[in-house]
Amino acid sequence: MTSGSDGFALRLKGITKIFGGVKALDAVDFEVRAGEVHCLAGENGCGKSTLIKVVTGVYTPESAEEISLFGEAVSTITPVKARAKGVSVIWQDLALFPNMSVAENIAFDTLVGARPRGVPFAKMKAAAAEVLARLGVTLDLDAPLETLPIAQRQVVAIARALLNDARLIFMDEPTASLTQSETDRLLEIVRKLSADGVAVVFVSHRLAEVLDISSRVTVLRDGKLVGVYPTEGMTQARLGELMTGHLLESNVSARDVSGPVVFEAKGLSVPGQFENIDLTIRAGEVVGLTGLIGAGRTELAHAMIGMTRAQGTMRLMGKPYIPGSLRDAIAQGLAYVSEDRLSLGLLQKQSIADNAAISVLPKLLDQFGLISPAKKQALILDWVKRLGIKIGAPENPIATLSGGNQQKVVLAKWLATEPKLLILDSPTVGVDVGARAGIFRIVRDLADQGLAILLISDEASEVLYNADRVLHMAEGRIRESFDPRQTTIQALEAAIYA
Amino acid sequence: MSAFITRLRNALGRETFGLLILLAVMVTAFSLASPKFLTAANFGSMGYQAPLLGLLTLAMLGPMISGGINLAIIFLANISGLTFAWVMLQFGGADAGLPAILLGALAAMAVGAAAGALEGAVIAFVGAHPILVSLAMMIFLRGLGEFLTKGGDISGFPDVVGALGHGAIFGFPLPLLLFLVVAFVWHVLFSRSRHGFATYMVGSNIRAAEYSGLPTKRTLITIYALSGLVCAIAGILMLARFNSVRVGHGEAMLLVTVLAIFLGGIDPFGGHGRVAPVILSILILQILSSGLNLIGANQHLATAVWGLFLIAVMILRSGRLAALIPFRKD
Amino acid sequence: MRKLMKNRQIETRIFIALAAICIFLSLATDTFLTSANLTSLLNNSSVNLIWAVGLLVVLIAGGIDISFAVATSVVQYIAAKILIGMGGGNWVLGFIVCGGVGIMLGLINAALIHGFRIISIVVTIATFNAFFGLLMFFTRGRSIYNLPDWWIERIPLYEHQAADGTWSQLMMPVAVMVVCVIATWFLIQRTNLGRQIYAFGDNPEGARRAGVNLALMQGLAFGWCGMMAGIAALMQVNIVQEVVPNALYGRELDVLAATVLGGARLGGGKGTVLGAVLGVMFVAVTQNGLNLLGISPFAFKMIIGAAILIAISTSNMNLGGLFATRKEGAK
Repeated sequence: MTSGSDGFALRLKGITKIFGGVKALDAVDFEVRAGEVHCLAGENGCGKSTLIKVVTGVYTPESAEEISLFGEAVSTITPVKARAKGVSVIWQDLALFPNMSVAENIAFDTLVGARPRGVPFAKMKAAAAEVLARLGVTLDLDAPLETLPIAQRQVVAIARALLNDARLIFMDEPTASLTQSETDRLLEIVRKLSADGVAVVFVSHRLAEVLDISSRVTVLRDGKLVGVYPTEGMTQARLGELMTGHLLESNVSARDVSGPVVFEAKGLSVPGQFENIDLTIRAGEVVGLTGLIGAGRTELAHAMIGMTRAQGTMRLMGKPYIPGSLRDAIAQGLAYVSEDRLSLGLLQKQSIADNAAISVLPKLLDQFGLISPAKKQALILDWVKRLGIKIGAPENPIATLSGGNQQKVVLAKWLATEPKLLILDSPTVGVDVGARAGIFRIVRDLADQGLAILLISDEASEVLYNADRVLHMAEGRIRESFDPRQTTIQALEAAIYA
Repeated sequence: MSAFITRLRNALGRETFGLLILLAVMVTAFSLASPKFLTAANFGSMGYQAPLLGLLTLAMLGPMISGGINLAIIFLANISGLTFAWVMLQFGGADAGLPAILLGALAAMAVGAAAGALEGAVIAFVGAHPILVSLAMMIFLRGLGEFLTKGGDISGFPDVVGALGHGAIFGFPLPLLLFLVVAFVWHVLFSRSRHGFATYMVGSNIRAAEYSGLPTKRTLITIYALSGLVCAIAGILMLARFNSVRVGHGEAMLLVTVLAIFLGGIDPFGGHGRVAPVILSILILQILSSGLNLIGANQHLATAVWGLFLIAVMILRSGRLAALIPFRKD
Repeated sequence: MRKLMKNRQIETRIFIALAAICIFLSLATDTFLTSANLTSLLNNSSVNLIWAVGLLVVLIAGGIDISFAVATSVVQYIAAKILIGMGGGNWVLGFIVCGGVGIMLGLINAALIHGFRIISIVVTIATFNAFFGLLMFFTRGRSIYNLPDWWIERIPLYEHQAADGTWSQLMMPVAVMVVCVIATWFLIQRTNLGRQIYAFGDNPEGARRAGVNLALMQGLAFGWCGMMAGIAALMQVNIVQEVVPNALYGRELDVLAATVLGGARLGGGKGTVLGAVLGVMFVAVTQNGLNLLGISPFAFKMIIGAAILIAISTSNMNLGGLFATRKEGAK
C-alpha cells in the first residue's frame, strides 16, 4: 500500500461550492493522512455530504486552491477518476442490489461498462471470497443480498470498495441502523483497514463512536471549517459545542412525580422478544427506557400499542387495557412516535397540514361529515405556534422541513389526539444536535402539563438528562432502575455496555 | 383576487389551468377549421358520447390515487350490465316495469361493487400488485361474461331504459347529467371526505398511513368497491346507449381511461391528483375526437392523436425540453 | 438444489402447479400426452413465449411495456410493405427488416422514458394508442393476404405420423422461439450488460452511482423487447399467413399476466427466463387441458382468470416489501 510521498491520502484547500447563491462550502480545507481514521462532524446541512460529493467528483467546486489525491495534484475530479485513484464512498443507503447475490454485489463494479462481455462468475466469486477473507468475515456468496441482515450488507459494501482497490473510504453514517455488537464488529473492521494503510473518513452523528474510532476530527458548521482536532482528550460535550456553535445545556431535569398512575404493566411477555416486564408510568412522569438495539425496547412499545399481542396484564387509568390493534390503542389514549420517521412517522409525499391532520380526522368534520378546511388550517396553525414549528405554508410538502421540524410535526399529530400516554421511540434520530434540545424542552413541558411519557433511546445521555426515572433493558428484561439525580453518565453507560 | 386564484388552484389542482388553456386553444382551432364545430348539434352529440368514457375514467381514478390501478373496469361494467339485463329479462324483457328496472339497476351496482371489493380485498390482504390482481380479475370477468352470453348480444329492454341513454331534460343530455352527478360526488369524496383523505395517504405510503392509525385495508377495499360501483353505473349507461349488452363492449376504452388520468396530472405512483383536471382531460379527448371527426378524420386517427397528445403533454410537464436539442453538452 | 428452490420460490411453485396439471391431464384424458397435442401446444405458444421473454427484460429493468403486441402489428404491416416493395425478399431480409423495425419502435419508448423521465407505463400506454391508431388509420383496417411465398410457407422441423394416422409437426416458429428464449437467457444471465439491467431494475440510484449507463440500459431493455416484438411479427405471419392490423390488439395484457405469474416483479430486479416460460406454459396448458376435457371454450378464460387469482391469493406475498420496493423502483 503505497501512499503519496507526503503521506496524505487527500488534501483539499480552499474548496468553495455554491448552490443557488448559497455557499454550501466556503473555502474549506480538508486533509486525511494515509491510513488514518478521520471523522467528519457537523450538523445536518453543514456541508459534510457536499464535501464528500466534491471529493468523489459528483459535484465540481466553483473554486479550489488545491486538490491532491495520494500526493498527486489533480485539476478536476470525476467519478471515474476518483474511483481509479482509489476513492470509494459507502453511502448510508449502501447503494447495493438486494436481489443479486453477495458475490455479484461485491464484484459488481467489474461488470459496469457498455461493451458487451461474458460474466466471469467463478472469477468474481473468488475475488469476493478473497476480499471477505481479508476482512476476516465469512458470508454465503450465493445468497441474495436481501436475505442478509443490515450489518452484513454493510460488510458487503466495504468489501465492494476494497475490491476496487480503495485506499480512501468515506463511510456515511455507517452505524445508524446497527446494534452495539454489530457496531463493535464494524469498528473492528475499520481499525483493520486503517492498519492495512487504508484511510477511512467516518461520518457519524454518534459522538461517542466518533471519539472512539477516529484519531482526528474535522468539524464543519454552515459550510465553513471550524477546525481540525485530535480526538485525544476531546469530550462529547466539547464536540457538540463545536458543531452547534453554542453551549448545550445538559442538566438532569428529573424530579419526583406523584401523579396518578396512567399506565401499568405486570408480567408482560412476548415469547422471543421480551419477558416479565413490570412497568408503571405516572401522569407528568417521563420514564426513560434505554438499552442496546435488540434489547426488546421497540418490541415492548409495539405490544403496548397493540401491534403485537402480549401475555400478562396492562391497565390504563386503572382499567384493564387490552389493545386489539394500533387503531384501538390510539382510541384508548396512546400515541406512538415511531423511530423510523422517514418511512413510518410521516408521509413524505404529502403536505405539512395533511401530516398533522391524519390522526384527528374525526375532530375536523363539519356538519355534513366532511373535512372542514378551516378546522384543518386552525389545527395546524395552533400546533405550529404551540410547538414553535418553523414552516412555510401548511400546504408545502413535509419534505421541505428540517429533521427537527419534521419531528415536531409528528409530535403535533399525536398530541392532537390528546393522548394519555405518549411513547417516543428514539425521537432524535436524524435530528441535529441543536434541534434536539428543542424537542426535549417540549417533552418536559408536556410532562409538566400532566402527560405520561415513555422515552425510548439508545443514547444514554438523552434519557439521563431528560427522564425522571431511567430503566435499563437488556435481553428482553428490565435489569435496573436509575434515578438520574443519583447516577452519572459513566455509571449508566457502564451498565448498558457491560 | 390573487388569493382567490390561489384558493381556486388549491381546490381544483394546479394542472387545471394548463389544461384549460389547451382546451381553449383546441376549441378555437376546431371552430376555425370546421363551421360545424361550434354548433349545438355537435356539443349535443358530445354530451352523449363523453359520459361513458368519463364514468369509466372516474372508476379508474380512485384506485390510481390509492397507488394501484383497476384494469378490470370494462368487464366490471359489462358484468354489471349483464346483471341489469338478466333481471329485466326475468321480468318480461321489453315489458319489464319500473320496479324491475330499479331492482336490476340495484343488482347491477351490487355486483359491480362486490367484484370490486373482492379485488380490493386481495390487494389489501395478500399485498399482491394491483396490476396483477386487476388483470386476473379482468381475465376472469371477461371469461365469465363470455361463458354466460356465449359471446353473443343480449337485447330487448323497455323503452324507458333507452331514454336514459338518449333522452334529455330541458335539452340537457341525461347521460351527461348522470356523469356530472357522479363527478361531483367524486370531487367531494376526494377533496373533503375522510375516505378520500385516507385514499391519498394510502397511495403515498401505506405503512406510514397504517402507523398513523388509518384503516388502510378498509380504505383499499372501499376504493375498489366504489370503483366497481361506478363501473356498474357505466355498464347501465352502456346498455342504455347501445340498447344491448355484449361482453367486450367498450374494451377499447380501457387504456384510454388511463391516458385521460395521466393527462389530468395524476401521480402514477398514487397519493396525488384531483378530479377536476381529469374531467377536463376527458373533455379535451372528446373534443379532439369530435373535432377530428368533423374535419374528416376517423376515430382511429383520433386514438393516435390521443396517444401523441399525451406524449406531448408529458414532455412539456417534464421540464426537460432541452433534451430535444441534440448534441447539447451535459 | 434446495438452495435453488429457496432462491427461486415462485418458479418452483409454478413448476409444481404446472407439473400437477400435466399429470392430471395425462391421466384424465388420453389425448393430452400425445405428440400431436404437445407439438401443437408448442406451435401455438411460440409467439406468446417470444413476447414474454422480450417483456421480461423490460420488467427486470424496472419498466413495463403495454405497447409490444400493437408494435408487432405495426412491424407486420411495415415489413410486409417493405418486403413486397423489394420484390419479395427472403428470410434473412425478413429477420433484418422485422427485427430492425421492432427495435426502432422499442427505442422510441426508451427515448421518451429516458429523455424526458416519464415513467414507462405512461409512455407505453401513449405509444400503444399512437401505434394502434396510426396503424388502423393508414391501413384503414384492411388486411394483407398476398404475402411473399417464403413468408407464409409452413416449414416443419419434425414430422411424425402416429399409427392412427394423426400427424404431429413441430413448426419453424418453435425453433425461432427456442433461439429467442436461449438468447434472452444468455443476455440477462451471462453478459455484463444483462447483469447491469438487473442491477438497474433492482436499485436504479445504486446503479447510477456505480456508473451504469442508464440510457443504454433503457435502450437495451426496450430495444430487446422491440426486437422480440419484431421477430414475433415475422413468426405470427408465418403461422396465420395473413396480416390483420387489429388481430393482436389486447394480447399484451394476457402475456403480461402470464409473465408476472412466472415471478417477474413489477418494479424490477427480479424475474427469470424459466419463470416467464413456465408462466406462459401454465396458461397455455390450462387452456389446452380445458379444451381436451371438453369444457366449453367460453369458460376457458373464466377458469384461467380464476386460476391466476387463486395463484396470487395463495402466494402470500409480503405486503410491506412489495409496496416498498415498488416505490423505490419507481424513482
